[in-house]
Amino acid sequence: MTHRRPLPTATYTPVSQVRSPITLISGMLADLVASRELAWRLAVRGISAQYRQSILGVFWAFVPPLLSALLFIVLQQRNVVNVPDTGMPYPLFVLVGTTLWQVFAEAVSAPLRVVTGARAILAKINFPREALILSALYETLFGFLIRGMLLAGVLLYFGTPFRPRSLLALVTIFMLIWLGLAIGLALTPVGMLVADVSQGITLALQFGFFLTPVVYPAPESFPYLLLATWNPVAPFLLSSRTLLVQGTAGPLAPMVVVGVCLVAGTCLSWLLYRVSMPIIIERISA
Amino acid sequence: MSLPLIEVRGASKKFCRSLKRSLWYGLRDLGAQLLGRSADRSRLRRDEFWAVRDTSFDLNQGETLGLIGPNGAGKTTLLRILHGLITPDEGYVTVRGSMQALIALGAGFSPVLTGRENIYVNASILGIPRKEVNRRFEQIVNFSGIPEFIDSPVQSYSSGMTVRLGFAVAAHLEPDILLVDEVLAVGDEGFQIKCLNKIGELKAAGTAIVLVSHNMHTISTYCDRVLVQSAKGHELFEDVAAGVRAYKGLVHSGIDGHIEKHCSAAPGIEFFKADIPCTELGLGGDFHLGLHYRAATACDDIEIDVGLRVAGEAGWHYQATNRTFGQRVDLRAGEGRLDIIVHDLRVVHADGQFAIAIWRREREELLFWWRIPVRFTSALRCSGTSLYRTSFQAGDGVGGSGP
Repeated sequence: MTHRRPLPTATYTPVSQVRSPITLISGMLADLVASRELAWRLAVRGISAQYRQSILGVFWAFVPPLLSALLFIVLQQRNVVNVPDTGMPYPLFVLVGTTLWQVFAEAVSAPLRVVTGARAILAKINFPREALILSALYETLFGFLIRGMLLAGVLLYFGTPFRPRSLLALVTIFMLIWLGLAIGLALTPVGMLVADVSQGITLALQFGFFLTPVVYPAPESFPYLLLATWNPVAPFLLSSRTLLVQGTAGPLAPMVVVGVCLVAGTCLSWLLYRVSMPIIIERISA
Repeated sequence: MSLPLIEVRGASKKFCRSLKRSLWYGLRDLGAQLLGRSADRSRLRRDEFWAVRDTSFDLNQGETLGLIGPNGAGKTTLLRILHGLITPDEGYVTVRGSMQALIALGAGFSPVLTGRENIYVNASILGIPRKEVNRRFEQIVNFSGIPEFIDSPVQSYSSGMTVRLGFAVAAHLEPDILLVDEVLAVGDEGFQIKCLNKIGELKAAGTAIVLVSHNMHTISTYCDRVLVQSAKGHELFEDVAAGVRAYKGLVHSGIDGHIEKHCSAAPGIEFFKADIPCTELGLGGDFHLGLHYRAATACDDIEIDVGLRVAGEAGWHYQATNRTFGQRVDLRAGEGRLDIIVHDLRVVHADGQFAIAIWRREREELLFWWRIPVRFTSALRCSGTSLYRTSFQAGDGVGGSGP
């Protein structure tokens, strides 16, 4: 072990990392690059462990959106709920909507779930913490692939013609997943300290399902209009649905606005995650 | 001389006793960090205590530092600061070179996945690239000593097998700095020898090692220096033997003034003070315990258990009650004193522990319970438990012992 190469040097001090932003940001980027392989391994581990212990396997990925869609289809057909014209068969509208919502909901809960699941190794081993977030992304993308089969099946069943423009839905769905992960990542540090956050996420997702035009079209009158315009999830979800079914996207401006905020929000959440890690580890294992 | 691989200067770390408050402080610390404020970290808040206080040392290439001390003295906390898992509240730590820790062997093992799959996950967590694992896979499996189970799920492994597999992965690292935290406690003897040999090998190759162990033999064999930690503070010993002696002194001087906490919460009687004139006992010495009590009502005909355990002997060295000797003991109401004396002890050169239990009448209620560590010295220096008269004589070689 001859030291001709320069030794990597790390200094740990009580001074806040925010005070030396260049070191902080270069460390974050370096660790992101270094964590690619580990993230992949962790995602493969998580997914294969999940499916190996289950008999029904992917069935569980299909059931929640199918069930809630079925409920609304029945309610609508019995005229229990009065849904305005959706521009496409209502069952198709609801099935695509609930599947997309499920993808988003899974993205929101993934970071906290993955990081909490890694508590034991976090407390004992110093590995690039970014790997956990990256593996949450991989797991969510895998979940989307599975649900993509459901979507494809639904679209085929309703005889939706394939349009090349529909492939743009992959972009909007990716944005939907990114939005979910960024929200989840922002909540992770506090969620690691207090259990209230994960309870809160579950509750918020239940409400969010109704506050987002998932099972009903975007309202056009005030004040319900706000549900579509001031809801960051709505633009991507609505555009994904119309792109898949009709090959047309919604207005671009809201998506650009949310996208820009998303980039900034992701950087801030990542910074928060990074800075909070030593404090969280100290508290969860003390 | 190149720079030390580890440089610790005045490192301190505080922890909080209360969980709720700890989480609240965590949120506040997080806020302070984000605002870039780092003041007030050196002040203790309510329910906080220093787990590590003002520790400083350097560790150079090829050196091994032993970290010893009683449980709860902050050894693991210090290791975690060195590992960069938590930041010190005061002082700083600089680490030069790649660092690996033999702390959580088998970290990240998923119980439903096979040993083979887990090797890759575990290696990845430790930062070993896939190529490297592929190249050394056979070696890792052979080193683990469990090749026949490599395709079984890890949940079917015994804890020893899990640790073996985890160690086999970690053993193929070649870090500049290695942290070892009492991993040798698990696993059978063959495994322990493998671990120790690996540590010796790395040490010879120039790895700087920080070793936490309660096994003084391991410490004496591998360490160049020891840092003895205790609740009161810490001391760095350049002489390992002196450090080990200091540690033994710490572990066996557990007598404190807080007699209240040794009492059971029996109502109506309180033992508030104990006199123990001497805990270092020579051959033929007496052990004396004087207890001061305050009783609301008289406790007649109590039973007092006295037991003595001696290091190196299985079971009780001595056990009896006052009834063994036909002695009736009555504690009168009000304040009083109870003396217990064990006469003419014949234990040589060992650490021991007296156990005292006081019962109401027919053992219907425990009134007091305490363990008191003692040390039996020998008049002369010898290392056995007994001392026999032996002659030593240096001759001139003529005559000798041959026929």
